[in-house]
Amino acid sequence: MLAILLAGLTFGAPAGATPPDHDHAPPQHWSFEGALGNFDLAAVQRGYLVYEQVCASCHGLKHVHFSDLAGMGLEPEAVQALAAGYEIRAGRDLSGAPKYRHGLPDDAFPTPVRPVGVKEGVMVPDLARQALIYPGGPDRIYALLTGYSAPPAGVPVPPGLFYNRFAAGRVIAMKPPLHGGDVHYEDGTAASVEQEARDVTIFLAWVGQPHLAERHRTGVRVLIYLLFLIVLLFILKRRIWSHVH
Amino acid sequence: MTGPSSTETDSDDVDAPPGTWLERRLPVGRFLSVQFGRFPMPRSANVLWTVGAMLSAVLLLMLLSGLVLAMNYTPTAAGAFASIEAIERRVPSGWLIRSMHMAGASLFLGALYLHLFRGLYYGSYKKPRELVWLFGILLLAMTMVTAFAGYVLPWGQMSYWGADIAGQALASIPVIGPFLERVFLDGNQPGDGTIHHLFVLHFTLAFAILAVVGVHVATVHIAGSGNPDGVEPDRKGSLPFTPYFAIKDACGVAVFALVLAAVMFLFPDLIIETANYRPANPLHTPTSIEPEWYFLPFFGILQAIPFKFGGLVASAGAVLVLFFVPWLDTSPVRSARQRPLYRASMMGLVVAFVLLGYAGSHHVEGNWLLIARCAALFYFFHFLVLMPLLSRREKAALKDVS
Ligand code: HEC
Ligand code: HEM
Repeated sequence: MLAILLAGLTFGAPAGATPPDHDHAPPQHWSFEGALGNFDLAAVQRGYLVYEQVCASCHGLKHVHFSDLAGMGLEPEAVQALAAGYEIRAGRDLSGAPKYRHGLPDDAFPTPVRPVGVKEGVMVPDLARQALIYPGGPDRIYALLTGYSAPPAGVPVPPGLFYNRFAAGRVIAMKPPLHGGDVHYEDGTAASVEQEARDVTIFLAWVGQPHLAERHRTGVRVLIYLLFLIVLLFILKRRIWSHVH
Repeated sequence: MTGPSSTETDSDDVDAPPGTWLERRLPVGRFLSVQFGRFPMPRSANVLWTVGAMLSAVLLLMLLSGLVLAMNYTPTAAGAFASIEAIERRVPSGWLIRSMHMAGASLFLGALYLHLFRGLYYGSYKKPRELVWLFGILLLAMTMVTAFAGYVLPWGQMSYWGADIAGQALASIPVIGPFLERVFLDGNQPGDGTIHHLFVLHFTLAFAILAVVGVHVATVHIAGSGNPDGVEPDRKGSLPFTPYFAIKDACGVAVFALVLAAVMFLFPDLIIETANYRPANPLHTPTSIEPEWYFLPFFGILQAIPFKFGGLVASAGAVLVLFFVPWLDTSPVRSARQRPLYRASMMGLVVAFVLLGYAGSHHVEGNWLLIARCAALFYFFHFLVLMPLLSRREKAALKDVS
């Protein structure tokens, strides 16, 4: 069925254009979209939990410091506790073996050096700006995380790769990360695969643009102020010029 | 004869000009009053005459926001991207300052193009304003170089590969090209030296622009402002700059600020190339390398020519030809309002410029190649053929009348 659809897509494409090598991610509704978009911080925090418990074993958040997470509504104590849960490289001991210490709020997120379950030579992308730079954006990240399936009959999948119709070339080296119930949400939300995928996507969108909501809020205020100023200036201009016509 | 008892107080000094102590030594007040208070403005100057004030305002914004950025920026290949991330994530209001600087640069170039086409349309480059024009085009060229240098600084993928393409373009110059490329890159590929060069260039040129703006405005004030009809003095007479044109400029600057705020706070996607949030990776060439929108018309010309050096000559020529406009168009009739053919060709020029921009944003091939070539041809036709031809015709017609 899928193969027929794919074939149709291929032949239906206008001559000359290369057919897309993955399915188009269905558009989702996100609260952070649009000129006035905003983040649901509860969802961002749930999404962080998914990142920490699942994704962090393979993916880093380069240039993000633990203290930056205060922006998703965490108290300083919570940030401190969260940072302490990470192991940070701290030089080597006398025998030359790497030493580790607990993370502090001012440390950056560590990038896993040899993630388990990833084949040698596969590049694991950093997630700090992934929602911004991944072609297809948050819609496609969500689709990717929920898009694993058995390959359609007759489609070979090379060893070490997994079939995912939203990945480039429809195969990906990341084994399905979410299975449902991977995390325990404090607020009682049921941790289905879709829920986890949605939340972690919202977290990635937030960490990619942590000041988005503040930017929009400030923008609205500045625009209202400027509109007011413009009206006053135009009235003044009319009064000044009223003498000369 | 003054007795020895008389002290030389300020008020006794009959030769001194009137005013306060400071005013007699440094007549700032008189300068401001003559140049900006009473300065006579043609009464029919329209809204396009407020763009200069917008440009001055946005230049100040760029200098101030740039200084804050520079204090938090690390000009090394290893540190640049991380320092920009720190500015965006942690430096207090860093995200705000950076978005000002990014949106400001875009609108700066946008306003410059508006200013340029205003000048071309109303013949602002004609006698006695040739120097005004020359310094204006110099400002355009300096701002373009500054903006290019600035775009390399964050050291994202587009920064890196932009510098790489610029290096290749330099290298295509016969004989001295490879030498120039090495000087520009400070090595065989973009790296530490490149960032250092461009940071110094960006910093210095920005302040040099401020100085040239001073000269540009001085030449305007010596020649006086032109007007949309191009008949001088203005048929409607003149009015003092303050308050009549000061308030008009204030309105213009406020509207400009509104557009800037809308872009930087609510619609930054209009001007941000998200690919530049990927750190520079010398091993991975992006599938499409595209400059900022304000370079697209020139990028279109670059690609319309089949060989690299030719493209470079043509796109640099597209800026250089502007320097010669006062001597290409020698018709005594200034404004396009009085010149129907010139007016039509001006419209064509704007269309060609926009088309070149669109072509530059596509891979210039197939239909786009044809469009880009026609538009580039028309661009140069307007300046090199039409301007001298129309000038000859109009001069002859005027001679017949007199
Ligand atoms: C077992 C290690 C592992 C875990 C756990 C993991 N990933 Fe990945 N991820 C990878 C690898 C390896 C790749 C690169 C895949 C490729 O290039 O084919 C990748 C790629 C990605 C990509 C980019 C996909 C693309 O098409 O380039 C995204 C987005 C992503 N992961 C998100 C996540 C999220 C969100 C989580 C947590 C829910 C997660 N990953 C958990 C190993 C992992
Ligand atoms: C003529 C005025 C100026 C123009 C047109 C200009 C333009 C630009 C542009 C286009 C960028 C790249 C923005 C990006 O995509 O990241 C940039 C970055 C930068 N500019 Fe300027 N700039 C000007 C003045 C200045 C001044 C006066 C300084 C300070 C001395 C400065 C310091 C910087 C720094 C440090 C960066 C890198 C940070 C960043 O990329 O955000 N700029 N500039």
